[in-house]
Amino acid sequence: MEFLADYIYYIGAFGLIIIGLLIVLVKHNLIKVIIGLSILDTGINLFLISVGYLKNGTAPIFSRTDLEPGNMVDPVPQALVLTAIVIGVAILALALSLAVKLYKHYGTLDLRKIKEQRW
Amino acid sequence: MRVILSILVLIVICLGIVSSLHRIPFGNPETKIGKYCINKGREETGAANIVTSVVVNYRGFDTLGEVTILFLAAIGLGSILTSMSKWSQRKTEPASLILKTGCRFLLPLILLFGAYIFIHGHLSPGGGFQGGAIIASAFLLIYLTFHGKGMNETGSKVTESSSGLIFILLGLIGLAVGNHYFLSNFLPKGQLNDLFSAGIIPLIYIAIGLKVGSELAKVIYNLMEKS
Repeated sequence: MEFLADYIYYIGAFGLIIIGLLIVLVKHNLIKVIIGLSILDTGINLFLISVGYLKNGTAPIFSRTDLEPGNMVDPVPQALVLTAIVIGVAILALALSLAVKLYKHYGTLDLRKIKEQRW
Repeated sequence: MRVILSILVLIVICLGIVSSLHRIPFGNPETKIGKYCINKGREETGAANIVTSVVVNYRGFDTLGEVTILFLAAIGLGSILTSMSKWSQRKTEPASLILKTGCRFLLPLILLFGAYIFIHGHLSPGGGFQGGAIIASAFLLIYLTFHGKGMNETGSKVTESSSGLIFILLGLIGLAVGNHYFLSNFLPKGQLNDLFSAGIIPLIYIAIGLKVGSELAKVIYNLMEKS
């Protein structure tokens, strides 16, 4: 129980990553695969944020003068995730446009029925 | 069969993760670079928001690369969707009165809020990427309300490329004038927690905000009009 309380953020983040990977590996519908990739992306972002977490820490912004530098969470993973979210949106849009193109060419989104896409 | 195999693969991955992560204590990060940025960030960059000083100043070159990735994704989406023949026009119903009036009322406020978020990126939570996403959501509201109207494509192209050029030009001026490295902070740092402070950080964040906003608006435009 102690372990669970300490590591609940890691467990949640890696739960999302594992769920996303499972969807990518198992599902046959291309839209569901893209949703799985998006869940995986969210899990990775959550993991990076929780690596920099400090117990009872504040956001790394000196908006008041009485904030102590020693009591702030790690800003570097937050900066990484900040850009990764926007990149994730752009990659999601690109993948969806490829799915639209595939649907117009083959008339289906089932990966088993697309000949060149068999796996 | 494939389901069982993939579940086995995932179990192996889980075991690897657990065996490597259970030694890392949760809740007290001990990275030296984070401590350095928090302790020295105010004097070195002049920004009150340390995340902003990491994104624009310490990792400025990396941010340029990420903006380029966003640009490439938008260009790729546009070229994929425009290369096919225009689909048969979908039947669209005109939007309701509530949506039209709400759009007219909310649109300037959303644009103002987006501009506030990226202009104050060095003082408060927020910045160019978030403000750009808010501005793109204003364009999404226009597309939902007035079908087919909205963005001027030439205007968005001009905004996007000129703001990208401003980013690179500021970096090159820093290479020539300031501390002689790319994206060095050559303007005066000013008072902490002042709007006109932190040198080139607000200028770069305004450029990033306009660029991200016009790119995401173009992505929304392509997905809604051409698919």
